[in-house]
Amino acid sequence: MNYFLTEEQQMIRDLARKIAEEKVAPRAAEFDEAEEFPWDLIKILAEAGLFGVWVPEEYGGLGGGVFEQCLVVEELSRACGAVAVSYAASALGGFPILLFGTDEQKRKYMPDIASGARLAAFALTEPDAGSDASNIRTTATRDGDYYILNGTKQWITSGGEAEIYTVIATVDPSRGARGMTAFVVEKGTPGFEFGKKEKKMGIRASATRELIFQDCRVPAANLLDREGKGFIVAMRTFDRTRPGVAAQAVGIAQGALDRAARYATERVQFGKRIAEFQAIEHMIADMATQVEAARALVYATARMIDAGERDFSKEASMAKVFASDVAMRVTTDAVQVFGGYGYMRDYPVEKMMRDAKITQIYEGTNQIQRSIIGSAVIKQAIRRASSTP
Amino acid sequence: MQGMNVAVLIKQVPETTDVKINRETNTLMREGVASIINPFDMYAIEEALRIREQHGGKVTVITMGPPQAEEALRQALALGADEAVLLSDRAFAGADTLATSYTLAKAIEKLGGFDLVICGKQAADGDTAQVGPEVAENLDLPHVTYVRKIEELSLGSPDSDGGGSAGAPGFIRVQRMTEEGYEVIESPLPALITVVKEINEPRMPSIKGMLRAKKAAITLWTARDLGVDASRVGLAGSPTRVIRVFTPEQRRRGEIIEGATVQEKVRTLVAKLKETHLV
Ligand SMILES: Cc1cc2nc3c(=O)[nH]c(=O)nc-3n(C[C@H](O)[C@H](O)[C@H](O)COP(=O)(O)OP(=O)(O)OC[C@H]3O[C@@H](n4cnc5c(N)ncnc54)[C@H](O)[C@@H]3O)c2cc1C
Repeated sequence: MNYFLTEEQQMIRDLARKIAEEKVAPRAAEFDEAEEFPWDLIKILAEAGLFGVWVPEEYGGLGGGVFEQCLVVEELSRACGAVAVSYAASALGGFPILLFGTDEQKRKYMPDIASGARLAAFALTEPDAGSDASNIRTTATRDGDYYILNGTKQWITSGGEAEIYTVIATVDPSRGARGMTAFVVEKGTPGFEFGKKEKKMGIRASATRELIFQDCRVPAANLLDREGKGFIVAMRTFDRTRPGVAAQAVGIAQGALDRAARYATERVQFGKRIAEFQAIEHMIADMATQVEAARALVYATARMIDAGERDFSKEASMAKVFASDVAMRVTTDAVQVFGGYGYMRDYPVEKMMRDAKITQIYEGTNQIQRSIIGSAVIKQAIRRASSTP
Repeated sequence: MQGMNVAVLIKQVPETTDVKINRETNTLMREGVASIINPFDMYAIEEALRIREQHGGKVTVITMGPPQAEEALRQALALGADEAVLLSDRAFAGADTLATSYTLAKAIEKLGGFDLVICGKQAADGDTAQVGPEVAENLDLPHVTYVRKIEELSLGSPDSDGGGSAGAPGFIRVQRMTEEGYEVIESPLPALITVVKEINEPRMPSIKGMLRAKKAAITLWTARDLGVDASRVGLAGSPTRVIRVFTPEQRRRGEIIEGATVQEKVRTLVAKLKETHLV
């Protein structure tokens, strides 16, 4: 489908695709097998200027938005979901600064995030606070010009590799969401260490680590917005990054579809190319249709956000939930089209199926997304009902 | 000017590796095939950019070709080249390597010369590997082909009195790839080198570079601008006639002598040597 990208958007997409095809795809299996952070690919993306596509020009970026970010994530995901999330996580860590930072904070951190000189990460989740984010136990206690952080964050994407962390702590656990407060914490700050690195089902080249804060003194100047705004910081950030997760899902699904369609024209059984069996052909038709529908929703949502719409939580959740469910189905079907070969690590589709799964889980599980969508729709219905007698 | 003044000669070629040949004219058929920078020239551009990063200076890319060769120059600008010159004129059409290298050499002269000229080892479509050395001959520059590494590069120091007496001359020391290994060759500057793919890994363009390249001005020179001798450019200046296009056989071929016993093999070998009058 032609989405009528601007010339600059085409340029961004084409460059991301070139890097994905020439540099990422040939090494995706190797990084997956080694569970190794793809630093040299990150450097290539940085030199290409792709980390800054969503950052305003005044902070060293290209002045694009969520849509441009999605284009890059999608292209990278066609080749490798793990490289894509390592790229995308920097926007997840950077958006809170861009959205809620002071001009000084933005000047301090955004140029490095835009150039890719430093990666950013986002730390909310804890052992007992996953979907229930307001249950976090990492505390921030004011001490003069500092806050003292204590606690452990879990499963932080790019943990240990990134240098700039947006950390959500609580200034008062008894206040729940209203105690949550966001800080920028730099790697190397005394009292800030990294714990164990997770072994995962998919996106294995992405680093997922524990962050440990032990009497970590963070300058009060690194507080984002004000005390108690941490929950809002997180939610407004997710509104802008969930389309990115959705784009990751679209890319993984497209990659699986591309390979399944090609394989179907090569594999011969019963003297025919399997693409000639209607069962396979229709499966591929459904895969293609779902991918296109998901892409259309993601693009429409991203464009709406960039155009300045004020409330887009519902649409961001819809894009994420729909695209990630599509990715799971399409990658599963791609393995089916490949048959036993699809189950083997010698072929790329089993990795895509493993990589697709995470898109249904992180940045809010799909159950949580449906709750967001459902409550928005129901709220609207109630409003309508009360205004029409 | 401070730093190294480097020129890179590039060629736009069809993207596909299996170039079709017009059997009637024995020339390459370019219609309907997307064009790219000759892959070997990408290494030349990369090396020039690295030299600039290390020594400062300027990178100028030059190509001779049809108007659409401008696209190749823009790609080189996107990678970071500073300036681009397109030599384009109907009079240049149908040039063989001799006419091409003469034309390129005239452009280099007009630009005031360079400390170093870099070319890819050969063009992926014509495969002659002749243009680099011929440009050097036209300019009376020393040249080294098949460079796989620049070991040292020095611009030298300018003479203090301007009389050309004092000061150290610039030089380049390179590894030149051979079939068995490599030779280390040192040459004074200015010089011309052609590079092989072992020399580096070309970078990807950057978005900012691409945006800059889109707007950049490209110098266009015609035959008249260059002041070339009309009988030495294009088809008129091309004595080469292509008789046949084919993949040559490997020059050196080993032969394994079969035989049941060592004695038998030795007998066969000696017989063969006698047959060829080697012993
Ligand atoms: C690879 C990876 C990378 C991650 N990266 C980051 C990161 O960079 N930063 C960060 O902060 N976090 C990160 N996370 C954490 C991630 O966002 C959480 O895993 C996610 O929010 C879900 O939390 P949980 O795993 O604790 O699941 P739980 O909340 O325990 O959920 C378990 C199940 O219960 C369901 N459930 C829970 N509550 C409800 C409810 N109210 N209604 C209906 N169903 C419900 C869930 O949908 C799920 O199916 C990452 C996780 C993974 C696996």
